Amino acid sequence: MGWYNKRLAKSLWVFHVSASPCNNCDIEILDLLTPRYDVERFGIKLVGSVRHADVILLSGIVNNKVAPFVKKIIEQAPKPVFVVGIGTCPASGCCFKQSHNCDHEARKEIPIDMFIPGCPPAPEAMIAGIAKLMGVLNA
Amino acid sequence: MNFEYVFYLLIFPGILFTALLGFVIGWVDRKVSARFQFRVGPPITQSFNDFFKLMGKETIVVRGGLGPLFIVSPFIAFSMIALVSAIIGTALFMGAGFGADLLVVMYLLMIFSVMVVLGGSSTGNIYGSLGAGREIKLLLADELAFILVCLIPIIKTGYSIRFEEILAWQSENGAIAGSISGLIGFLIGLICIQAKMTLPPFHIPEAETELVEGPFMEYSGPPLAFWKLNHLMMYVVFPFLLIALFLGGFYLQGMGILWAVLKYLLIVVLIIIIKNTNPRIRIDTALNFFWKYAAPLGFAAMILAVIGV
Repeated sequence: MGWYNKRLAKSLWVFHVSASPCNNCDIEILDLLTPRYDVERFGIKLVGSVRHADVILLSGIVNNKVAPFVKKIIEQAPKPVFVVGIGTCPASGCCFKQSHNCDHEARKEIPIDMFIPGCPPAPEAMIAGIAKLMGVLNA
Repeated sequence: MNFEYVFYLLIFPGILFTALLGFVIGWVDRKVSARFQFRVGPPITQSFNDFFKLMGKETIVVRGGLGPLFIVSPFIAFSMIALVSAIIGTALFMGAGFGADLLVVMYLLMIFSVMVVLGGSSTGNIYGSLGAGREIKLLLADELAFILVCLIPIIKTGYSIRFEEILAWQSENGAIAGSISGLIGFLIGLICIQAKMTLPPFHIPEAETELVEGPFMEYSGPPLAFWKLNHLMMYVVFPFLLIALFLGGFYLQGMGILWAVLKYLLIVVLIIIIKNTNPRIRIDTALNFFWKYAAPLGFAAMILAVIGV
């Protein structure tokens, strides 16, 4: 599988799931595609359909309403797929953790492979995180 | 004899050569598009990596869809494109016929669009069926202009529909694009292949931001890989078709090789420039454009060709 993993590492297609975010991380994710950061250098492409995705970027606290849909979306993705939590929210709930609609149990059930904390994480931090994922795949 | 045809189809002008050239041209497309936007762009192996990555992914068939048709349509479309590439490629590189002519190529390209429609409508997804409907409308829009354009070389060369005869006529009398009717035909043909390849501004069926790739939305794994490969092979097939019909083919000796590469790159770069400088148009605008302007102009060029201008 080493040869295949190397191909996978060089062509990670990214699908973006907004699980009730404050929209800050989403804007920072779009920054990655701009001329300044240009993640297409690494073969990363933002796709619109979860069926084409290799990496699912999850941003936001996962509240009661979206938790079942987020789980369904991750099940709908063709394997192998990696779930990356963008921002502090998927990791801990950040400043919304005592909010009445923040469902910690549902969030812990979601199989997140990697967290990129930060509120919002800088684009450089996200690139560093993706590069670590590539490093794992290339190993 | 028969073994030769297998070689033509599978290796040299056919599947292997077209796919490899398509991978490279797919990279050229993305790189030039990236430079247009002041980005760096992907490395040269990008299309290759994308294809083999998709080959190893899981294939998901939607329960509400029509499974067999869903799986089979990308492969039928692939075989159509492979046949067209072999037909045009043998005429261009060997000067020999593949046992098929221009009319067969037009039919095979139409079957390709039909397979996109069937594949898209069998996904069981509303966006897929919307994209399939738009693909039919786009086919209706560009087909008339495309056929009129294809008629111009036929008329010019004394009503011969075989590629090798068209190329032989052009090697004696100069490229068809050198005459007025040929030049008009070439320019309309350039816009028609833009619509046939569903590139911007005619990416109406698979509008990424609106229909999330339309007919290909539910595809994953190897079938999606083959749809992507079909689109990359189109970057080879359609410019070759235009070169064969209007620009006089290739003369693969000495400086002729440089001219061949330049002709091909000219068409590809024109396609990429049109692609990057135009936003997506609505389906009614596309119909208006092709039926009110492109098709009458193509018809006028055809009349000019009959007169002999």
